[in-house]
Amino acid sequence: MAEGLVVSDLRSALAGPFTLKVPAGSILAISGASGAGKSLFLRMVSDLDPNTGEVSLNGVARSSQTADAWRRSLPYVAAESGWWAPKVVDHFPPDSLDRARDLSRRLGVEDTPFNGPADRLSTGERQRLALVRALILDSPGLLLDEPTAPLDPVSTAKVEAVLLERVAAGTMLVLVSHDPAQAGRLGARRMRMVDRKLEDEP
Amino acid sequence: MISLTPTDLALAALLVALDAGVSVALKLQLHRQLLWAAARMVVQLIAVGFLLRFVFALNNPWATLAIVVVMGAIASREISARPVHKFRGLAGLAISGATVALATVVTAGLALTTAIRPHPWFDPRYAVSLVGIILGSVLNSGSLTLDGVVGGVWREKPAIEAQLGLGVPFRAATRPLQREAIRRGLLPIINQMSAAGLITLPGIMTGQIIAGMDPVEAVKYQILLMFLLAGASGVAALVIAELTLRRLSDGRQRLRLDRLT
Repeated sequence: MAEGLVVSDLRSALAGPFTLKVPAGSILAISGASGAGKSLFLRMVSDLDPNTGEVSLNGVARSSQTADAWRRSLPYVAAESGWWAPKVVDHFPPDSLDRARDLSRRLGVEDTPFNGPADRLSTGERQRLALVRALILDSPGLLLDEPTAPLDPVSTAKVEAVLLERVAAGTMLVLVSHDPAQAGRLGARRMRMVDRKLEDEP
Repeated sequence: MISLTPTDLALAALLVALDAGVSVALKLQLHRQLLWAAARMVVQLIAVGFLLRFVFALNNPWATLAIVVVMGAIASREISARPVHKFRGLAGLAISGATVALATVVTAGLALTTAIRPHPWFDPRYAVSLVGIILGSVLNSGSLTLDGVVGGVWREKPAIEAQLGLGVPFRAATRPLQREAIRRGLLPIINQMSAAGLITLPGIMTGQIIAGMDPVEAVKYQILLMFLLAGASGVAALVIAELTLRRLSDGRQRLRLDRLT
């Protein structure tokens, strides 16, 4: 359970270098001012932006896999969710639809929005359903950009409970959060992004 | 065949003057553009007429090829210039050039070696005219498809990257917009074919009938041309969508909008 995410000398023209480890079954919470490079870092780990360096998850090197296989093992959920079909249910693979519905209920999204059109979702519903899209992959790692930013405290608690459950089962989680209390509630290691570099929170 | 005299053309030009008069009277502010466009049209066509007369007289395969290449290059430039966001560097020109070359060579080659078969096969009277018509269709469907792909990718960046982030391959994430763009590219030729004869009398056919050809013979030519144009449009839409999407991604299945301006 120790391996987790290993990032070595990850850099691009815009950010880095980053070298760090996040063991399996643990959480890294990244804070920092807007534009400091938090999202850039997650996108580089996910390989969505050109970068150099090596990343591995539970001993499997990113470079040894196709990009889509890598991202299925470590899904990235952006702060602004994207929707590619008219209906919400069309954003889930048919064979995971029931699980997606159950997870959405646990996160406080009722069946009416779940079965409705994607453009009718509230900001908070969008955020939680975008998270569900990643959770149903049952991946060994998760990269979440401000997963609870637009949520009220009740919904936030529900999301945190589900995330903690996954982490207890061995999932590695990196999340960007502006809420210092959240890192405490999750028992996360805290780092701060300053000027496109990560430093340990004092 | 009734030959036109300069007086005939001057009389018809009065209609353009009438348009300009309307523009002035109604303050449309179009008369300057209108007259400029009319003047350009006259100069361009007269120049082309003399150029074609010269090339036809040469009857030399290299001269024919040169003129075809220049026409294709102009069409390629037009296609790559169409989208709001263009490829950086020469990628856009390379993509539209390959599209134009493939679509034109396949369809014009087919027609010149099977149906039309002039002697010699490079007879500029046939080759240049045929390529000109085909390029019109390629330009239309190529630029519509390119604009559809580039505009679609730009507009749907969050939706595409949301899927990429979940491990969906790039081509799967962009397939709906690829389909939509190809569909857009094929609509003009479908409209053209379904309207032919009922709503419009196609230009080629009209020209041949006025020039004295039997209407049924002219229709046969027109049908052949429509099929060629449909083929050229299809090849152009498919090829340009494929090449554009390839250029918009890389070996790591990223969305490379940084390759656009």
